[in-house]
Amino acid sequence: MDAEKRIQALKDRLTYISDIFAGRESDSIRLLSAKFGELQDRHGSRPGGATGEELARLEDLFDFSERKLDTTLTPMDKVRIVRHPQRICLKDILENVYDNYTEIGGRGEYNIDPSMLIARAVFSRRVGEKVIDQMVMVIGQEKGHGEAFRNGGSVKPWGNAKALHYMKVAETENIPVHTFVFTPGAYPLEDWPGAAQQIARNLYEMAGLRVPVIAVFSEGGSGGAEAVGLADRRIMLSHGYYSVISPEGAAAIEGGLTPGVRAAPSLVEKCARQLCITADDNLQNGYVDRVLQEPPLGARPHHYDFFRELRRELVQTTNETVSEVKPMKLYRAMLVRASKSDDAESIFMRWTLSRSGLGRLVDTRQRKYRAMSRHARKDGTGIFSRAVAAVKGSVWATHSFVRYDLLGRQKKRLDAMFEELGAEAHLVRHKLLMPLKKGVDRIMPGNSVERARAGEAVKDRLTRLSCPEDGACLVGSEWAWISPRSQEDRTISCPNVRTHHCPDLWVPDLFGDFAGVCPSCGHHFPMEYRWYLENVFDYKMSKEFNQQLESINPLGYEKFDLKLDKAKEKTGLKSACITFETTIEDVTATVAVFCAPFRGGSVGAAEGEKFIRAAERAGRKRQPFIAYVHGTAGIRIQEGVNGVIQMPRCTIAVRRYIDNGGLYLVLYDTNSYAGPVASFLGCSPYQFAVQSSNIGFAGPGVIAETTGMPVPPDYHRAYHALQRGHIHGIWDRREVRKNLHQSLLTMGGRNLYYR
Amino acid sequence: MLNIKELLDKVKASPYREIVVRAPHTGVVEFAGLKQGDTVRGPGGDYKEKPGTLLAHLTREKNRKPIMAPEKGEVEVIHSRHEGQFVEAGEPLMTIKHYLTRKEVIELILQEALYLFRAPERAKYYFVPEVDQKLKVSGKRSVKVHEGMEFLIVSRMKRETPLAYSGPEGIIYSVYFGRGENVDEGEPLIGVCPEDQLTVIQDVVARIQSEWEEQE
Repeated sequence: MDAEKRIQALKDRLTYISDIFAGRESDSIRLLSAKFGELQDRHGSRPGGATGEELARLEDLFDFSERKLDTTLTPMDKVRIVRHPQRICLKDILENVYDNYTEIGGRGEYNIDPSMLIARAVFSRRVGEKVIDQMVMVIGQEKGHGEAFRNGGSVKPWGNAKALHYMKVAETENIPVHTFVFTPGAYPLEDWPGAAQQIARNLYEMAGLRVPVIAVFSEGGSGGAEAVGLADRRIMLSHGYYSVISPEGAAAIEGGLTPGVRAAPSLVEKCARQLCITADDNLQNGYVDRVLQEPPLGARPHHYDFFRELRRELVQTTNETVSEVKPMKLYRAMLVRASKSDDAESIFMRWTLSRSGLGRLVDTRQRKYRAMSRHARKDGTGIFSRAVAAVKGSVWATHSFVRYDLLGRQKKRLDAMFEELGAEAHLVRHKLLMPLKKGVDRIMPGNSVERARAGEAVKDRLTRLSCPEDGACLVGSEWAWISPRSQEDRTISCPNVRTHHCPDLWVPDLFGDFAGVCPSCGHHFPMEYRWYLENVFDYKMSKEFNQQLESINPLGYEKFDLKLDKAKEKTGLKSACITFETTIEDVTATVAVFCAPFRGGSVGAAEGEKFIRAAERAGRKRQPFIAYVHGTAGIRIQEGVNGVIQMPRCTIAVRRYIDNGGLYLVLYDTNSYAGPVASFLGCSPYQFAVQSSNIGFAGPGVIAETTGMPVPPDYHRAYHALQRGHIHGIWDRREVRKNLHQSLLTMGGRNLYYR
Repeated sequence: MLNIKELLDKVKASPYREIVVRAPHTGVVEFAGLKQGDTVRGPGGDYKEKPGTLLAHLTREKNRKPIMAPEKGEVEVIHSRHEGQFVEAGEPLMTIKHYLTRKEVIELILQEALYLFRAPERAKYYFVPEVDQKLKVSGKRSVKVHEGMEFLIVSRMKRETPLAYSGPEGIIYSVYFGRGENVDEGEPLIGVCPEDQLTVIQDVVARIQSEWEEQE
């Protein structure tokens, strides 16, 4: 019986190996299958079965070959490893790494989302004579060894909402959170709470979560990974991947394939290599803190040594995180830093932190992300200008502090006092003088006759017809800038002509006076971002900053330099983001614009940095911060993780800005999808959209492919986003400026001094 | 009175509907190169999001607009003398022969033969207890309705009001709503036919069901 079991185990290992290498022939694999075939034959033919010695020899051969094959793994092989049903999953970790656990939120498929697993787990350790229990909240995606209802670890929006809920619980209980990332990506559903918006909410909360968070990455697929991945320390398993998009997705985009058509395996392989998705790449780029070595060809549930390693790593990393911000640490901190062996277990450190410690923890986390991805952008600003900017920044900060915090608070208090006094005085005067005035009026009625005559004049002005001798009322266009498209003498038809019977529109009218809005149905034709810059944000009068921050090709992605140069030449911009300071009807605000013509408005390291600097500047100068998204296609996939890391980075910047009392407003236009919506845009409490824009997590093609359900043609329309609760209002293009001004006056944080 | 036989013969003699595609407005016509006898298809997809076969382009004021096939069918006539010419609005450009499906034929005949009593508002509808009883016991072809007869209960937001029948006298031939189902305004509730035509209609429908051959 024992022999049977061992043969079965060997068989599993053999299928695993051939699955990982996806039919790629090599001598080792051939040898292994031949030897295994022999053994099986012998086992079947001989009455006693195969002897233990033979089995042991074959097992040794397997070990040897696995070690040898491990050195030949390509990035795509690693992708196949993490997706393999035999790969370890969260349940195995809970069983083998923690000493005890209780799953929260369901059993098997009876769960709001079986792909998101929450558990309260305990580490029990003996330190000296005492046995110590330390509790953690474990949150992570569960792939369930390929169980269908787990959806391969693709978490639905409500699964992420559940994760967020228990992060908050952990915050209340002041216990560390261990998150495990085992997801190929989030499940693209728009229904409330919305795939993108829920990830944004998670990021926003994790940016300021007041407990230590440790993340372990096995399969980190873009947005789904970020939903639980913003952590103080990130450990990555050596055979895992962390990427902006699945290699297949990248290949489909690269090859320009229509949905449903599969990319060639060689192209997928190439994309996997170019995206720099492996643990070592990520360690080198600084997006994970440590790589945990797995057994050859990846960890499987029978690798108990690996679980012990993982346990040690988790304990040590949590200790490190806590000791970094703990006031009382002394000798233990030194030990924690030095310990590389098993004695991490022997150091005991309380994982609950004091209030000030938690504050430091959050601050350290935010600073850590702020410092990332410096190598992935080019800053063309000279040293001198940089120094000037730095000095200016501190001057603004001091100025704001003195003016608004030191003096402003006193002034506010005084103002309030005077206001109260004035109101009292007004009432008293009114009570005293009114009888007197009535008496005077009775004696001298001439006053009211005067008033009646003035009334006549007003009435006349209001009721008289227009005076043709004053000239025609039409004096040119009311717009400061009109689209060059309006120069063409032709008509076009409105897309709603079937339902609304709109007449054909003459292009000079449409793109001139009508501002690209169909006068009969209100459909908004896409408009250039220049139109908004000039007509809404007064770009000519504004002060632009960080102009020299430039997008580059940090991964050396094939042919991307050329495409980037073309985009720079076409638009005259250095990145897809323009940041400037402008005045909207007397209110000075900082604006970040994402322009669709530059690589689809995709966000890379340069764009992220510009956005963060704009948010910081707005915070320093105590100004409202407006993000106008002319269009964004998502994270720039050619930058790989350098792009995806902008999601937590920018969200942290937004979080800091809002926590410091700012007003952050988002305005969407044309098409806004994926990463940015799922992070720093979707987390804003005030999001508006220009009519006829589209907002979503994944495009219709991706949804149809992932979920297998066809998507209605108007699935992503702004009105549907409004209905689902993702945005908070829809504006007419012609009224954007007016609405923006009104929002500035009616919404927002405590730092807005212009009111 | 309606002659069902005649109607059926008429349908049989020409088992298709001719759709004349006309110029929606003035403009210069460019045909898409279809020939007589070519098959075209109408808009498809779950949401009718895929447009039908391209028939022609009509250009007015440099706005080149496609004209698509509205239904599945076969091109019968192409007025190719208009190719490259300026046409007035309403000028016939093409004729498409659309073969009727079994469902369409039954629909056509029932529409001619039945009187449809329609829902006055969006609500749930129930038969009054007496009518309901009768329908259950002896089938729906057993209930006679006449002008002013209160035979339905309109139930909306827990408020119930009786509804009187108005229309020609006859027998309930078919019921188009289910129990507890919301019916939109203007949707048919019941179909009523004159008593003496009941057998004829039943006969014809049965025959169409079994005999009508759908053209592919």
